[in-house]
Amino acid sequence: MLSKRIIPCLDVKDGRTVKGVNFVDLRDAGDPVELAAQYAQQGADELVFLDITATHERRKTMIEMVKSVARQLNIPFTIGGGITEIADADALLNAGADKISINSAAVRSPQLIEDLAKAFGVQFVVVAVDTKQVDGKNWVHLNGGRLITALETEDWIKQAENLGAGEILLTSMDHDGTKAGFDCGLLSKVNQMINIPIIASGGAGSMAHFTEVFQKAGVDAALAASVFHYGEILIPELKTELSKHNIPIRI
Amino acid sequence: MDNNTTNNSIGIVNYGAGNIFSLTAALDRQNIPYAMVNTEADLEKHSHIIIPGVGHAGTAMQKLQQTGLVKAIKQLKKPVLGICVGMQLLTTHSEEGNADLLDIIPLQTKLFDKNLGIKIPHMGWNNIDFTNNLLFSNVKPHTQFYFVHSYFIEYNPTFDIASVNYGNKFSAAIQKDNFFGVQFHPEKSGEAGEQLLKNFSNLNF
Repeated sequence: MLSKRIIPCLDVKDGRTVKGVNFVDLRDAGDPVELAAQYAQQGADELVFLDITATHERRKTMIEMVKSVARQLNIPFTIGGGITEIADADALLNAGADKISINSAAVRSPQLIEDLAKAFGVQFVVVAVDTKQVDGKNWVHLNGGRLITALETEDWIKQAENLGAGEILLTSMDHDGTKAGFDCGLLSKVNQMINIPIIASGGAGSMAHFTEVFQKAGVDAALAASVFHYGEILIPELKTELSKHNIPIRI
Repeated sequence: MDNNTTNNSIGIVNYGAGNIFSLTAALDRQNIPYAMVNTEADLEKHSHIIIPGVGHAGTAMQKLQQTGLVKAIKQLKKPVLGICVGMQLLTTHSEEGNADLLDIIPLQTKLFDKNLGIKIPHMGWNNIDFTNNLLFSNVKPHTQFYFVHSYFIEYNPTFDIASVNYGNKFSAAIQKDNFFGVQFHPEKSGEAGEQLLKNFSNLNF
């Protein structure tokens, strides 16, 4: 049976891992390559690296980091952040990335999804969506939640799937950093709407939240950062807990 | 650390279809020697051959044909391992691009049926049931491997050496004579995947 995936997310800036609460107040949580190897050993099923570097050197720094990770890591990983064209994706693929995640570049130019899917296959293309509720509706946000768009989250996700997204990484900005649980309502709705895998993100605070998001929303994977980085949830214990609830996982 | 005492080395068919870095990194971690295969003469230099592959099977087949290596690959008598799309290339035909493939193993590569209530691609870790085969030496029963694919190879007990269930039962690994194929990615499947690569590099024919 296909296992539900547990995915630690590492925010990377200038080659170092950071994680903010509600995307501000960044704190340093270590060396990405070392952290990645540790997570693989603990039983993480996959890793996501989000590059939040804003300098001109970002691409070179990122490629070097991706190569270092790929040399060490024997599980799949996704790279996101600053990918705006085919050439970026191509460089990451050749450096050993299994998937790339695109967010604002896809919103600004939806054609990018189709181009990437055609060039590298849908399995390579994760569309990350940051969503926030405004007046009872879910809206796609950019720039770490600071910029609202005219796109309703559900519509955008459906469009992304049709254009060739292989997977959706859905982050609730309302839940992110709160440690109060995932947005199971929206995740469940989106999960039933699409026919590609979905990764839940934003709000993980306890092991029960993971059980809940798999049971209630039926998502394929759950992503978290700080609860893993600071050892508040240990992956082997989390997996034992999930299997007690008959959630298929990889031990 | 390493028990590879033979002069075995792996030739990786270099035809421009996918992520070879991860594969070579996995071989590096296992201290398995390898080099790229670009010509027929290169095929001769190695004891084992890997055909990697990610992406579109029809496109991959076109790229393989452009290398001019198809005939020589079909005649190989040494162990050959196709990975993911590289495995699918060993079959007769794929529904992806309605493409005629190498036809080394008489099987069909088919698109997953959405109507089975499954998401496509089949992405993630799934447990496989393998037969008593040297490729799976020292791998525990029902071990999970990492899959990413939208097309699958039909289950046929004659050639199946490992099966997996997703929507329906299909082949996770196949063999005919010296030709092997795995649908999952051993280079991304943790220690079990590394063990499988090691097993392949130690096969003798």
